[in-house]
Amino acid sequence: MVSLISLSPCAGLLPLSEGGVTVTEVPVDRLWSVAPFAGQQKAVSAALKDQLGVTLPTVNRRGGAVTWFGHGTYLVAGDVALDGLAAVTDQSDGWATVRIAGQRAEDVLARLVPVDLRAAVFKTNHSARTMLGHMSVAITRVGPDAFEVMVMRSMAVTLVHDLQVALRGVAAR
Amino acid sequence: MRLQAPETTVSFTFDGRRLQGVPGEPVAAALLANDIRLVARSFKYHRPRGVMSAGSEEQNALVTVGRGAQAEPNVRATTLEVSEGLEVSSQNAWPSLRHDMMAVNDLVSPFLGAGFYYKTFMWPRSFWEKLYEPVIRRAAGLGALSGHTNPDDYEKAFAFCDVLVIGAGPAGLMAALTAGRAGADVILADEDTAMGGRLLREKEDVDGMPAADWVAQAVAELAALPNVRMMTRTTVTGAYDQGTYGALERVAGPRKAGKPLECFWRIVAKRAILCAGALERPIAFPDNDRPGIMMASAVRAYANRWGVVCGKSVAIFCNNDDAHRTARDLAAAGVKIAAVIDSRDDVQIEADYPVFTGAQVIATKGRHGLESITITHAGGTRSIRTDCLAMSGGWNPTVHLTCHMNGRPTWREDIASFVPTPDSIPDMVTAGACNGVFNTAGCLAEGAQVAADVATGLGLEPKVTLPVADDSAYAISPLWAVAGKGRKWIDFQNDVHVKDIRLAAQENFRSVEHMKRYTTQGMAPDQGKSSNVVALAVLADATGRGIPETGTTTFRPPYVPVAIAAMGAGSQGKGFAPERFTTSHKATVARGAPMIEAGLWYRPSYFPQTGETHWRQSCDREVGYVRGAVGVCDVSTLGKIDIQGPDAAALLDFVYTNMFSTLKVGRVRYGLMLREDGHVLDDGTTARLGAQHFVMTTTTAAAGLVMRHLEFVLQVLRPDLDAKVVSVTEQWAQFAVAGPKARELLNAVLDQALDDQTWPFMACGPVGVAGVPGRLFRISFSGEHAYEVAVPSRYGESLFRMLVAQAEVMGGGPYGMEALNVLRIEKGFITHAEIHGRTTAFDIGMERMVSAKKDCIGKAAAARPGLVGDDRQQLVGLRAKDTLTAGAHLFEKDAAAVRVNSQGYTTSVCYSPTLDMHLALGFLKNGRARHGEVITLRDHLRDVTREAEVCDPVFFDPTGGRARG
Repeated sequence: MVSLISLSPCAGLLPLSEGGVTVTEVPVDRLWSVAPFAGQQKAVSAALKDQLGVTLPTVNRRGGAVTWFGHGTYLVAGDVALDGLAAVTDQSDGWATVRIAGQRAEDVLARLVPVDLRAAVFKTNHSARTMLGHMSVAITRVGPDAFEVMVMRSMAVTLVHDLQVALRGVAAR
Repeated sequence: MRLQAPETTVSFTFDGRRLQGVPGEPVAAALLANDIRLVARSFKYHRPRGVMSAGSEEQNALVTVGRGAQAEPNVRATTLEVSEGLEVSSQNAWPSLRHDMMAVNDLVSPFLGAGFYYKTFMWPRSFWEKLYEPVIRRAAGLGALSGHTNPDDYEKAFAFCDVLVIGAGPAGLMAALTAGRAGADVILADEDTAMGGRLLREKEDVDGMPAADWVAQAVAELAALPNVRMMTRTTVTGAYDQGTYGALERVAGPRKAGKPLECFWRIVAKRAILCAGALERPIAFPDNDRPGIMMASAVRAYANRWGVVCGKSVAIFCNNDDAHRTARDLAAAGVKIAAVIDSRDDVQIEADYPVFTGAQVIATKGRHGLESITITHAGGTRSIRTDCLAMSGGWNPTVHLTCHMNGRPTWREDIASFVPTPDSIPDMVTAGACNGVFNTAGCLAEGAQVAADVATGLGLEPKVTLPVADDSAYAISPLWAVAGKGRKWIDFQNDVHVKDIRLAAQENFRSVEHMKRYTTQGMAPDQGKSSNVVALAVLADATGRGIPETGTTTFRPPYVPVAIAAMGAGSQGKGFAPERFTTSHKATVARGAPMIEAGLWYRPSYFPQTGETHWRQSCDREVGYVRGAVGVCDVSTLGKIDIQGPDAAALLDFVYTNMFSTLKVGRVRYGLMLREDGHVLDDGTTARLGAQHFVMTTTTAAAGLVMRHLEFVLQVLRPDLDAKVVSVTEQWAQFAVAGPKARELLNAVLDQALDDQTWPFMACGPVGVAGVPGRLFRISFSGEHAYEVAVPSRYGESLFRMLVAQAEVMGGGPYGMEALNVLRIEKGFITHAEIHGRTTAFDIGMERMVSAKKDCIGKAAAARPGLVGDDRQQLVGLRAKDTLTAGAHLFEKDAAAVRVNSQGYTTSVCYSPTLDMHLALGFLKNGRARHGEVITLRDHLRDVTREAEVCDPVFFDPTGGRARG
């Protein structure tokens, strides 16, 4: 019996490292977008609490496996059962997710991202839907010197290219 | 010459001549240290010019740096840092700076005054663009671009802070210290290579120590504050909405690959404190432009900061107290002061050098550099030998940024200058010399005070401690232009003198904006930083108005020239737009397929095979695969939108013209979507996966547009509908498998074999694809028995390779966009070539798809008079023996091919290998009633005329039996 071979969005593109900043691919197994139906926000939150131990985060925040992902939408890492409560859609293969870590990670992203990512303003588990270069992305701070960036799978090459240029520019200073 | 031999030097070249300079000092300082005074030729008259200032306002000393593709023209020698191997060249001179042939312009200058070109080169009219302007532009000008692609790297970046302090002189340093100590997140930006502003350029004490030492102490304290970020070599170039400032950083240090030359910053600040200082202005006196005539503040800056003396015997001409510092500092350094010429009568100066009060400079001599001046004073006229004349007409506060949002500065009589009008920029305050405070103590105090106010406003608790410093008053008596004959230059960069401005007034260009355009004063790289106030004072005088009534021209960003390369950094080459690649991209490119852009996506045109020399051969073969065996095509780029919710079906009924609520689970339906104005927005198929679950496909081009449309409908038009939409375009890799052997091929990879009973035409549902849960849709864009099979994208490449390999065994293979296009034209299927935004459902023959049983977006508007009827151009097919062209217009057989006779046009064309005929889709007036008629196609652009027969747009298999079979 033949079987299909799985490739990650950044296969062959990462890791990257320059000037103490590293870019690595974050492997994604199961990822769902969850959009609660009208009046079901609380019920969804309670169900998630039961199943994953976290409630729905507020706007621009991540809480455990759940990340705010835009108007009325959340991303949930891992399987959940929310029948009748929310639109649950498989996004496990829709996004390329990379981790940018290092003391100057903030400087690298400042070359590409127009939002305020200073540690005092954009704290760990803060998340934003914004632009990176010309691309729509989701950025989450995952540590004092680390960010996670999600971009549409088809744009992984451009993401890596843009990060590479920014990394080189910061390292060269 | 230098006051002391420098500790370290590097060598650089100027016009090929090897010179020594101190690393990091301005090239202007190094040239002066090497006694080079002639550094440039002027814009219009090619007059010899030298360094005038010591900052970014420099008008004369513009040079070209580097060579070849990396050459950068119009760089100010006063801000360009000396580094080992730097190549500097003069501009606008031929064959050499010293012997410039174009200096002949200066000899005929009496005829070349303001407005000369416009008046002289009037006739014949067509000669202006073809002859006069090119010749004039060649004769007059600045440096030239290399004409090559710039290989240098540039960068753009974003920064955020509580307080942006612009300028790091005494006011800026105190502001940064005060706000920084209070805990605010501060960015301190200064265009110089070091923080300190004039404190680095003056001989005075601050807090009992030399000013430069105090600066070093302040900078050390700021550097130790983690909440303060210092940006040297960074010019804040513009003030924009919502506290956004543009800033250009010249990145420090030697060039290397990957390192940006410049970085264009967008700084967003809660508050800004402008401490931009002031610029000294010249005095207009005859021949005041010879090399060696400089600004008084620059002459002492070169001596005090860089140890460079600009002349052996220096004279000073001024109308204010401040300029006397130049005489004092230079005399203290042992430089001979030839004379101080102060235009004011009422000043008492005790000095060891000659001082003339109530005196003026009325003439100067020296061809390539100043040799002597003639002055007039109470005792008569006398000539003084001097090789450097330091002039000062007073100081202009640098108000520019405060005027970037339509602000106008306020005239202050006591300092004879414009100062910022408060609140011109929201959340920006001003302090120090840019606010008209002209002594160090005042600047320090005001900087501290405004910063304390700003910090308090941010909820912090600032403390103000002030150092002791010079607090002498600034006394000035205006002197704009000296009376008498000769050209008295005002705008050195544009060769505008007093007479030009008077001429403008005389010819009724009396508004300052008109005067600017007439004379070109205040244009070009320096934007009149030094000349504007003098020019409008002369205009005020010539028009009999006061200076405040005359007003200033508009100050626009950027404050200094910014290379487009810096503003557009990151957008060259691959950075221009993101590239979107399908999962089959690698496998496709490996087969040598030429890729074409479809929006941001890359898709294969065709898959060439050995021996094929023309795309048509590949295309015809691929069409044959689908009509005769099986073809495989990546269709992942089509938009896929997941729609769920209790009202999902109601949403579809509202956005599609036809009914979707009646669609059975496990079935697909073709849908047509209209804009609110009744024209077609998009088309595609939507599959019902569950009672409350649909997946909609859109065209590749309109994927984003349709997603936005649905969001708009749900958020604005029908918020009552409980339905959720989310894009799943990227989640699924989807491949069309089309042809008589499509099912056979799929059965080789699917976990469960397909049959006609469970999988009729337009069926859909979940399938196992080589063990992976996937989706299958029995739909056809080719008119053949066809499917689209989807798997999660991680398996896309693997499935594509597997399908193609199997297809090839079955006498088929992959097909590209060319074949896809032929297949759909043969079937009369539309794309955005037909639904191009000006066609209605009626036009494309789908008016019956607008359901009478329900309302939908665009339904009412589509029924407006004029949008239906025989007058409309309707979709038709055209067939011919010869090649047809898209975009050709259609005419009745014997009508003249002119616009008024046009009956329609073609939108898509192809050669059909299936029918061995050339086909076109197009729109023809009342076309559906004209099948069988022979008409003329005329393509004026390509000069093609053809005869073609009008027919039904479905050329092949009109009953659709093949797709169902």
